[in-house]
Amino acid sequence: MIESTELLRKLSQASGVTGYEDEVRQLVHEAWEPLADEIRTDTLGNLIAIKRGAGDAPRPTIMLAAHMDEIGLIVSAIEGDFLRFSTVGGVDLRTIVGQEVNVHGTESLPGIVATRPPHILTAQERSRVIPLEKLFIDVGLPEETLRQHVQVGDLITMRRDLISLAGEFVAGKAIDDRAGVVSLTVCLDMLRGMRHTWDVYAVATTQEEIGLRGATVSAYGLTPDIGIAVDVGFGKQQGVSDSKIIDMDAGPAIAMGPNVHPKMHERLVATGKQHELKYQTEVIAGRSGTDGWAMQVSRQGIPTAVLSIPLRYMHTTVETICTRDIDRTGRLMALFITGLDEAFGEELGIEKGADA
Amino acid sequence: MTLETLSNARGVSGNEAAVRDLILDAVREQIDEHTVDALGNLICLKRARPEGAGGEKPLRVMVAAHMDEIGLIVTGINNDGSLSFDKVGGIDDRVLLSKQVLVGDKAVPGVIGYAPIHLIPASERNKAPDMSKAVIDIGAANKGAAEGLVNVGDYVTFHATYQQLDSERLRTARGKAFDDRAGCAVLVELLQGEHPVDLYAAFTAQEEVGLRGAQVAAYRINPDVAIALEGTICDDLPKEEDDDSSPVTQLGQGPAITFMDRSFIADRRLVDLLIHTAEENDIPYQFKQAVSGGTDAGAMHLAREGVPSIALAVPSRYIHAPVSLLSLNDFDHTVQLVRAALSALQGGLPS
Repeated sequence: MIESTELLRKLSQASGVTGYEDEVRQLVHEAWEPLADEIRTDTLGNLIAIKRGAGDAPRPTIMLAAHMDEIGLIVSAIEGDFLRFSTVGGVDLRTIVGQEVNVHGTESLPGIVATRPPHILTAQERSRVIPLEKLFIDVGLPEETLRQHVQVGDLITMRRDLISLAGEFVAGKAIDDRAGVVSLTVCLDMLRGMRHTWDVYAVATTQEEIGLRGATVSAYGLTPDIGIAVDVGFGKQQGVSDSKIIDMDAGPAIAMGPNVHPKMHERLVATGKQHELKYQTEVIAGRSGTDGWAMQVSRQGIPTAVLSIPLRYMHTTVETICTRDIDRTGRLMALFITGLDEAFGEELGIEKGADA
Repeated sequence: MTLETLSNARGVSGNEAAVRDLILDAVREQIDEHTVDALGNLICLKRARPEGAGGEKPLRVMVAAHMDEIGLIVTGINNDGSLSFDKVGGIDDRVLLSKQVLVGDKAVPGVIGYAPIHLIPASERNKAPDMSKAVIDIGAANKGAAEGLVNVGDYVTFHATYQQLDSERLRTARGKAFDDRAGCAVLVELLQGEHPVDLYAAFTAQEEVGLRGAQVAAYRINPDVAIALEGTICDDLPKEEDDDSSPVTQLGQGPAITFMDRSFIADRRLVDLLIHTAEENDIPYQFKQAVSGGTDAGAMHLAREGVPSIALAVPSRYIHAPVSLLSLNDFDHTVQLVRAALSALQGGLPS
């Protein structure tokens, strides 16, 4: 059994800003190696694990995708004893002042996103979000030493340990979408003790946060027959309208909408019902913003589904999730995969496969 | 007793007991008397030494540093298990979002969450968040589950860990609540040595909500001279060319002597004494270059019939935010300057 909380802790605390996912990839590689028949990394850094099915070759294939990159910051200039920076991905500037960060220079340097004391600010100044050009990072080094250790282009991650809250909730950074990667791991682990006829490609994708780029090339490269993207969804929380959210601790949300093939949705719901799993459904009216959006239009098109793990406070350093929902997502995918058969392939009009 | 231990300790205004216990343990062997008063101030007396050093009637010098830190307090437990809160002391709302906190004496972990940027209309994205809508999330599924872990009235601190950053030149360190655990640590250091005055070390309560501990402590002590030790504003970030606002203090330039802030005007004799003492002993110093903030000196100088008072501070960047940063060089120089000033006060205030 995979200890999903511990794996999430390791992955969440690792650094993997979009385009620089190496450290996370190494950790995922270690976790997946014992669970897969074959494992490799593609040109854009996607980690691909292959778990072969029991059916006769050539077997139909399913791709599971969860992204391992995280939003972050990058050094744009050195000014005196301080660093200026830009954002990589959708960083919420409202949430980064006063945060502890790691600047990845010649070594990992602990720093702070500088704030100005309230004593000297006017009420008007305090009512505005501080724009990027007025934000600095302080690593506590005098300029000369700073320049020896840091250069423009160095990456910056939020420094935040994963903490355990009540009720198997945890909070930390980059749970978007390392939780998805953990759910893929749970799925691969469960499949070891189950019979499945299709081949499974588990992909920890790169560069999702700046435009689904890892998923675009890995889906092309693997040419799967069907695909499931796992990402985080907006969990129920204070200050957000109930119509836009999914419930916490209520299982994965199986999405409906243009990004999702209706039969994929149906089969996932049927799987949940059959095995009495906790799941919910959600409507995504257009662009899902997940790897599934890229996967669906790969090559001649791929029947795709999207699963959302409920998460509060997305794109902050206190992303909060219930670890039970991660396990439930992995289990739903594993049981879905064991149920994949010729009939389902035919239903979807898949031409290749065992008896095609 | 290190700055690290004091910085990591938790004590929001009105709830300073944990900090007080740590300090008392560290100084108990070095002091002649101590008392904890009705507001929770810890007042320690260390008599002039060697015996007779201060003459027949040694000068009574009150040196104050406040134990309390800014923080939050739980004001309600909501049906969904989240906690409503209010601020204790002056906090810029904008530093609250996306922070880890510890709730109550049992230090229950929580986070301050807010609506994700994706779900906020573009027109509101440049507005500071409305903290009346923010909550602390401790992961409790509902009100009942939360009530098993926390209570209304529980104090909340930021969660940050002390760490030294630069080990060579600036000797910087970051940590929580340097305002005013830096002052407390200086005062603890001073109690390790001997001074030719009766030193009343006052570790005060409730500075951040209106200098309330120092007010009653100064009344009780009835000192001849009072010195407030602080971790003060250091706003030395790069500024735009047309911005000529003062940095207030600069990191690494030595202890900051306050001639005036919003709470008091320093006694000129004490300002001159500190300057002369620093220059004689080759200790770097600077002036707090803006009339901002208040200190325990504001309460002490008005005690009874009035007390000649001054404030001296370790410059600290990012005070009143979750994690602050100071230079241990400044810290050490502050200890040296106060120690030398106490010696110079032997025989009384210069006229």
